[in-house]
Amino acid sequence: MPFEWAFLMDALQAERDQGITIDVSHIHFRTPVREYVLIDAPGHREFLKNMVTGAAQADAAVLVVDAREGMQEQTKRHSYLLHLLGIRQVIVAINKMDLVSLAQNRFQKLSKDVRHYLSELGLDLQHTQIIPVSARDGDNIVTRSIRMDWYEGPTLAESLDGIQQPVSVLEMPLRFPVQDVYKFDERRIVAGRIETGQIRVGDTLMFSPSNKTARVASIEAWNARIQPVAARAGQSIGITLDEQLFIERGEVASLVANPPTLSNVFRGRLFWLGHAPLKVGNRYKMKLCTAEYTVEVQEIERIIDVNDLGMRESQEVERNAVAEVVLRARGLIALDPFDYNMLTGRFVLVEDYDIVGGGLISMEGYADQRPTGIKSSNIFMVEHRVPESDRWRMNGHRGGILWMTGLSGAGKSTLAFSLEHYLFQRGYQVSVLDGDNVRHGLCSDLGFSPEDRVENIRRVGHAAVLFARAGFLVITAFISPYRADRDRVRMLAPGLFHEIFIEADLETCEQRDPKGLYAKARRGEIDEFTGVSAPYEPPKLAELQVDTMAHSIEECLAKLTDYVSRTFVVTK
Amino acid sequence: MEHLDIIESQTIYILREAFNKIDKLAILWSLGKDSNALLWMVRKAFFGHVPFPVVHIDTGKKFPEMYKFRERYTNDWQLDLKVGTCPPVEEMDPTLPPAARSAARKTAGLKAMIDREGFAGLLVGIRRDEEGTRAKERVFSPRGEQNTWNFRDQPPEFWDQFKTDFGPGTHLRVHPILHWTEIDIWRYSKREHIPIVDLYFSHNGRRYRSLGDQDITFPVASAAATIDEVIDELQHTKVAERSGRAMDHESEDAFERLRADGYM
Ligand SMILES: Nc1nc2c(ncn2[C@@H]2O[C@H](COP(=O)(O)OP(=O)(O)OP(=O)(O)O)[C@@H](O)[C@H]2O)c(=O)[nH]1
Ligand SMILES: [Mg+2]
Repeated sequence: MPFEWAFLMDALQAERDQGITIDVSHIHFRTPVREYVLIDAPGHREFLKNMVTGAAQADAAVLVVDAREGMQEQTKRHSYLLHLLGIRQVIVAINKMDLVSLAQNRFQKLSKDVRHYLSELGLDLQHTQIIPVSARDGDNIVTRSIRMDWYEGPTLAESLDGIQQPVSVLEMPLRFPVQDVYKFDERRIVAGRIETGQIRVGDTLMFSPSNKTARVASIEAWNARIQPVAARAGQSIGITLDEQLFIERGEVASLVANPPTLSNVFRGRLFWLGHAPLKVGNRYKMKLCTAEYTVEVQEIERIIDVNDLGMRESQEVERNAVAEVVLRARGLIALDPFDYNMLTGRFVLVEDYDIVGGGLISMEGYADQRPTGIKSSNIFMVEHRVPESDRWRMNGHRGGILWMTGLSGAGKSTLAFSLEHYLFQRGYQVSVLDGDNVRHGLCSDLGFSPEDRVENIRRVGHAAVLFARAGFLVITAFISPYRADRDRVRMLAPGLFHEIFIEADLETCEQRDPKGLYAKARRGEIDEFTGVSAPYEPPKLAELQVDTMAHSIEECLAKLTDYVSRTFVVTK
Repeated sequence: MEHLDIIESQTIYILREAFNKIDKLAILWSLGKDSNALLWMVRKAFFGHVPFPVVHIDTGKKFPEMYKFRERYTNDWQLDLKVGTCPPVEEMDPTLPPAARSAARKTAGLKAMIDREGFAGLLVGIRRDEEGTRAKERVFSPRGEQNTWNFRDQPPEFWDQFKTDFGPGTHLRVHPILHWTEIDIWRYSKREHIPIVDLYFSHNGRRYRSLGDQDITFPVASAAATIDEVIDELQHTKVAERSGRAMDHESEDAFERLRADGYM
């Protein structure tokens, strides 16, 4: 390989050997106007993940187009990604002008193509410079090209100096995602970085999705001459609260008047970097600021063809493609639409150990599910006097609902009562709500029609939430055949609800038939019997699945107790 | 926000991510200016505490001033110091050039320490502007079973979402000051009054820009005897920071090979 200027940044031997950039490099330089970090991103399609890695950190971009080749698909893909990444300031360098005889008409033709594509993308072209350069010879890089005297615009260096600083995120509503809670000494410090807005001592903060509120007692700082009384966007800080709230990493603090949206479903415009395609029904770990959720792909609405910006339908999103999808989570997620707040309106998806995609949130067509009126309800008054976290510490475990669902005869009651016994022996505040028992009292007026089943589960759900809020571990054992009903209970207390699928197929349950009900149903003596004459909808996103066909009762119980100790134990 | 505050905040954010996500975390402390500044920011991030072990891989060839420095601040800052020793140079890959071969001892010492202590993550104070392959690093950089760096296929990293999930047998190098420059470190050290080994300042017309082992690190000509003079010098110099590190210059890819094998 003869010497190349690119060797300055192509530091890897493999890059120099092949004459291509594989991974991103950073290099610092200075003009009389300001200092720059130049992030050199690779162009080849197979390294798109590296291009995104580099470009996502930039305030502005220089798009290099080969004068011979013009706007190829890969150039368009990069333009589209720059746009998705929120980069609105783009300078286009039409390079290798020496290879097209430094011809003005070639430049004009390419400028027109570039303008056309970028304006279709929605870029404001007033700020977009298109510059004919010959990088190898230095034309229009720092000094004006004498050979291309027909060009009257700025050089590349001059256009860089014309880039505006990104807009301030100070004036935006407060978003303070909790990164961690520290207890190194007597202070309990909630740590994180303010993404947008500002925090002052004395502000009342609202944490989402848990909906808890507390006031900022102090802003902690080490080695500071004076204790700060305010902090602003961009700062990594730590605060203490006037109340001992139980909050964890992933909650987002805002001011009460302007909280983030709460939803368990949203649209994402995403770019896919995974080797395996994204498919409907697949589940991924989603990371949004410091929060993590499991999401399922509910729908792939369209694939965006970066070539002509047209849309097509598909059941899969291939590597390096861009698509609009609908994602659904188990519980409520605190989020913002990207258009409203780009820092809290974007997410990444993780499969196995790797980040496989990034996306921007849109709430178009979906409502904010934040419960209304909660601020004035009694729940808050109770929490104020005896904080939930105090109950949990006293009990040694959190409150919550272990909602078992499954066919009649699957083993719900057996496991529920064994689990209750086991936990009670070990000092847990635990109680079972069993279907048969509840139907003798709380729900004695209800039958088994679809409407009555809905009402039954609604009542049980509310009762379970009351127990759970009082610090109990509630185990429920209801067939609860409809997914929508279970989801509704989940919505009552998203953090407390744990869905457990007690799994046994119809054939097995029918063979077991401990109460002889299947036989009766088959004879037509029971109407609307789940599995026989009424539907059962198995959970799609259960927190735990217990297969009673493949495992003994002891094994199933071990799985449950293991889940409880992993999930609920609080160290005092 | 001012430049130093912006890059400091980013470092604190990374430190807190690492501390939250990595069970057995440790910080490498070379006693040089970069790892001192990093350690300083650890104390800021965790409000005066250093909540994980501090590892010094001791080649046995450090300058006496450095050992004195280590002793003093281990005490003053109440560090949980773990010193790792390095095998003799004869055991290193003989195909490496001499200085690189000597430097490889440090990698071997580090690997032994990681195996012994079972660290799942290491905080390392390298910077992108030091050297070309470091310029290509990720903040959260996964290492294979043998501590190797697979630079041909690094994970994507954007929007401050780092690779925090990794399979058994692999561990993470976390680079919280990757985005800092040499002059940033000096300006910050000045602003924060961070203690610095005296070897960085000029004696008899020479000073160290970068501190490695005594046998393979050489001072550069400089009259800068105070921190202000060092900053002033850096604004004008065209000499590379690691020019006094012999192993960087022995062959085109010697340093890359060292790094691929697990060198910092
Ligand atoms: N004739 C001519 N050749 C050029 C010019 N600029 C770059 N080249 C050549 O084009 C080739 C590719 O250059 P690079 O700088 O590696 O291209 P790149 O866009 O960084 O490529 P990747 O990073 O691998 O995507 C090299 O052989 C350069 O010498 C130019 O202005 N004129
Ligand atoms: Mg390149």
